[in-house]
Amino acid sequence: MYKIILKQKLAPKIHLLKIKEPILAKKSQPGQFVVLKIDEEGERIPLNIADWDENEGSIDVVFFEKGATTLKLALLNEGDSIVSLAGPLGLPTQIEKFGHVVCIAAGVAAGFIIPIAKAMKQKGNKVTSLIWQKNKKMVFWENRLAGASDRLIIATEDGSYGQKGPAPMILKKMLENGDTIDRINVMGPGPMLKACSDITSPYGIKTIVSLHSIMIDGIGMCGSCRVSVGGKTKFACVDGPDFDGHQVDWKLFSARNNIYKNEEKIAVEQHFS
Amino acid sequence: MEKINLNRVPMPKQKPKTRIKNFDEVALGYNSQQSKNEADRCIQCPNPTCIEGCPVEINIPGFIKAIKDDDMPEALKILKEKNSLPGICGRVCPQEVQCEEKCVFSKKGAPIAIGRLERYVADWEQEHLKSSGQSFIKLKPTGKRVAVVGAGPAGLTVSADLAKLGHQVTIFEALHTPGGVLTYGIPNFRLPKNIVNSEIDYVKSLGVQIELDSVVGKKMTIDELLDNNFQAVFLGVGAGLPMFLNIPGENLNGVYSANEFLTRANLMKAYKFPDYYTPIKIGKRIAVIGGGNVAMDSARTAIRLGSDEVSIVYRRSEVEMPARQEEIENAKEEGIKFRFLTNPKKFLGDEKYWLKGMECNKMKLGKPDKSGRRRPITISDSEFIMHVDIAVVALGTTPNPLIAASDKDLEFTKKGTIIADEKTGKTTKPGVWAGGDIASGSATVISAMGAGQRAAKSIHDYLMSSD
Ligand SMILES: Cc1cc2nc3c(=O)[nH]c(=O)nc-3n(C[C@H](O)[C@H](O)[C@H](O)COP(=O)(O)OP(=O)(O)OC[C@H]3O[C@@H](n4cnc5c(N)ncnc54)[C@H](O)[C@@H]3O)c2cc1C
Ligand SMILES: Cc1cc2nc3c(=O)[nH]c(=O)nc-3n(C[C@H](O)[C@H](O)[C@H](O)COP(=O)(O)OP(=O)(O)OC[C@H]3O[C@@H](n4cnc5c(N)ncnc54)[C@H](O)[C@@H]3O)c2cc1C
Ligand code: SF4
Ligand code: SF4
Ligand code: FES
Repeated sequence: MYKIILKQKLAPKIHLLKIKEPILAKKSQPGQFVVLKIDEEGERIPLNIADWDENEGSIDVVFFEKGATTLKLALLNEGDSIVSLAGPLGLPTQIEKFGHVVCIAAGVAAGFIIPIAKAMKQKGNKVTSLIWQKNKKMVFWENRLAGASDRLIIATEDGSYGQKGPAPMILKKMLENGDTIDRINVMGPGPMLKACSDITSPYGIKTIVSLHSIMIDGIGMCGSCRVSVGGKTKFACVDGPDFDGHQVDWKLFSARNNIYKNEEKIAVEQHFS
Repeated sequence: MEKINLNRVPMPKQKPKTRIKNFDEVALGYNSQQSKNEADRCIQCPNPTCIEGCPVEINIPGFIKAIKDDDMPEALKILKEKNSLPGICGRVCPQEVQCEEKCVFSKKGAPIAIGRLERYVADWEQEHLKSSGQSFIKLKPTGKRVAVVGAGPAGLTVSADLAKLGHQVTIFEALHTPGGVLTYGIPNFRLPKNIVNSEIDYVKSLGVQIELDSVVGKKMTIDELLDNNFQAVFLGVGAGLPMFLNIPGENLNGVYSANEFLTRANLMKAYKFPDYYTPIKIGKRIAVIGGGNVAMDSARTAIRLGSDEVSIVYRRSEVEMPARQEEIENAKEEGIKFRFLTNPKKFLGDEKYWLKGMECNKMKLGKPDKSGRRRPITISDSEFIMHVDIAVVALGTTPNPLIAASDKDLEFTKKGTIIADEKTGKTTKPGVWAGGDIASGSATVISAMGAGQRAAKSIHDYLMSSD
């Protein structure tokens, strides 16, 4: 059993859980994830490791209430425990001195892109974080993001805070204005990963996307998470989750992420209505 | 000499119509009279050839005699001398090519039903004795610590044997449940999970600790285990990487690996969705590609999940199928269709990337290949389309490269298996042993257990000769 030692609501439908796990606290690296399961009936779901604290022996996850499992996770409180937590899984994000690195995140990903921005900055890169949210209410951890980057751009879909407009458009403007960018790391929904990759492709800027495909074991045993990159089949849980965005078969990725659309509805109806 | 009786006592089973609607065990097991009748057929050969066929050399006539004599504790004792998981082996060992094949009655087509009798004794223990951990005299604690990676049959066996010798054993298992393939792969209707769990409880009752959610190579490395006061490490991580056909369309929605299909159904209990949260796609018409036990298990799971039509698609003919005869019969009784000499060439999808069908070739058999089976050859211009909405690729598995990627000292074969001495399980890295599917490639439960036993002996010698 793994105990929840802190729970916080960060924005509508977005929560932080701090979970006791001393070994993970020591071992986690930017870009890695855990697979957790709430209880006997629960599903195994992957969540990025948003932060870790060796002294406290804990890791943080931030998640968005999407379907049955994340809705149930949101009902847990400090002092509750979950039955399974495995990690740190996946290959760590490649952190090197590239020059100017832009970290782009939308929605809940604003929470878990921070370790990457921080590590990039520590390596001596100039880091710009570009965060995109629906509206002002959804903006969270602005200070943390600012601390992790040299420059923070916040954008909202409705313009209620920061700049207006989708992140890919802002990225496009940056490039058109002659900003030199040496590397881009993008986390968030598939369509945004694709849009950013499409924009950088003519510029030849390496664009690393974190692919959230559907997973079970997270250790390469089922093939549920397979994606096609550069014409080759890869398992996102062990070969990724980071991949070169210019090589990803996006149509396939988006189709595979919708396999259980109907079942998602059934599960929510069964447990939450 | 006694009269020879060639009437094998048949196994009572759930009726096909009933059993395809549940996940309960199909074979119900002998009752006491049936087990006696079967045991009475054994003529207690002075040179029992059956023992040669058993990878762990159980004293087969010995335990059968005890059944005859109505001395069940004795029968159990004899079994457990060599096999700490008889309830599992009695059910899933391929007896027809092991112990039973070597029985003197085998040539007459009626070998003693050794597996069924073994199961009977194990089930008797379930009913009459709770945990028999106490019945073993544990030796004085040696103060030596062993880390076992993987809680499948190899890992559980090596752990039980070492614990009985007084060593302190901790198992590190990647998943949230122990048992390996016994838990996530082989379905409940063939191997009930309460049997697996009670065997695991038995191992725990010997003092073995099991650390779940512990992916070695990620959460800790082999070197860290060795530095961390473990004097020896045993790797029993199995061969869990699913093989695909590598043909177009294989990543379409609706194409599963058997590992994924069975893991969703068994480990995650998707057959109880939505009470259990893990979903699975059922499909009206489903094709399972392959001819081994894994294919039979997938097909029989699919029919129980409610698919209208389940077909096994196999590129050779029935005689070459590697699955156990008994399971092929069971599958046929359950209404599963067999398409022999058929090989998928391409998966076909709709515009939304959902599987719609498979383009297949007809095959014919040529000369025997390395495996001794006749090689399938594609018949040209024989393409035809099978309409299916789910396909399960059950071709087998190869070793998961995760351990390989995390340790630079271990040596591997081209196939990805760890190089380990067959007699001792010793790898090329000092202090590290390996056994089961990770060393042999996909094999059987009993061979993984045999490897565990041999490694336990070797590890014990090593621990006692060093300080
Ligand atoms: C490596 C990785 C890291 C992730 N990190 C985070 C994170 O830090 N915070 C966060 O909020 N979300 C994260 N996700 C997505 C998260 O796993 C899904 O939101 C979650 O599984 C949804 O489960 P559900 O039952 O609530 O939703 P449902 O929509 O009901 O899910 C139904 C099924 O689809 C799967 N699924 C649905 N959406 C996704 C998705 N986007 N990615 C993967 N599987 C999905 C579920 O596991 C389940 O099998 C991550 C995904 C991956 C692969
Ligand atoms: C569907 C199916 C049906 C089968 N039917 C039969 C049958 O009827 N009869 C028969 O004799 N055999 C059968 N087999 C084969 C048999 O199950 C295997 O040969 C046997 O389980 C191998 O045992 P093992 O201990 O080597 O590995 P496994 O049973 O594979 O166990 C390995 C364990 O190690 C864990 N692990 C993997 N990597 C790591 C890591 N990095 N860190 C920690 N833990 C890790 C895994 O999660 C797993 O629990 C079947 C196999 C399948 C898949
Ligand atoms: S362990 Fe397997 S091979 Fe050995 S006697 Fe039992 S059923 Fe036969
Ligand atoms: S060979 Fe057959 S008949 Fe002879 S002892 Fe073994 S089981 Fe009995
Ligand atoms: S999640 Fe099973 S192989 Fe990646």
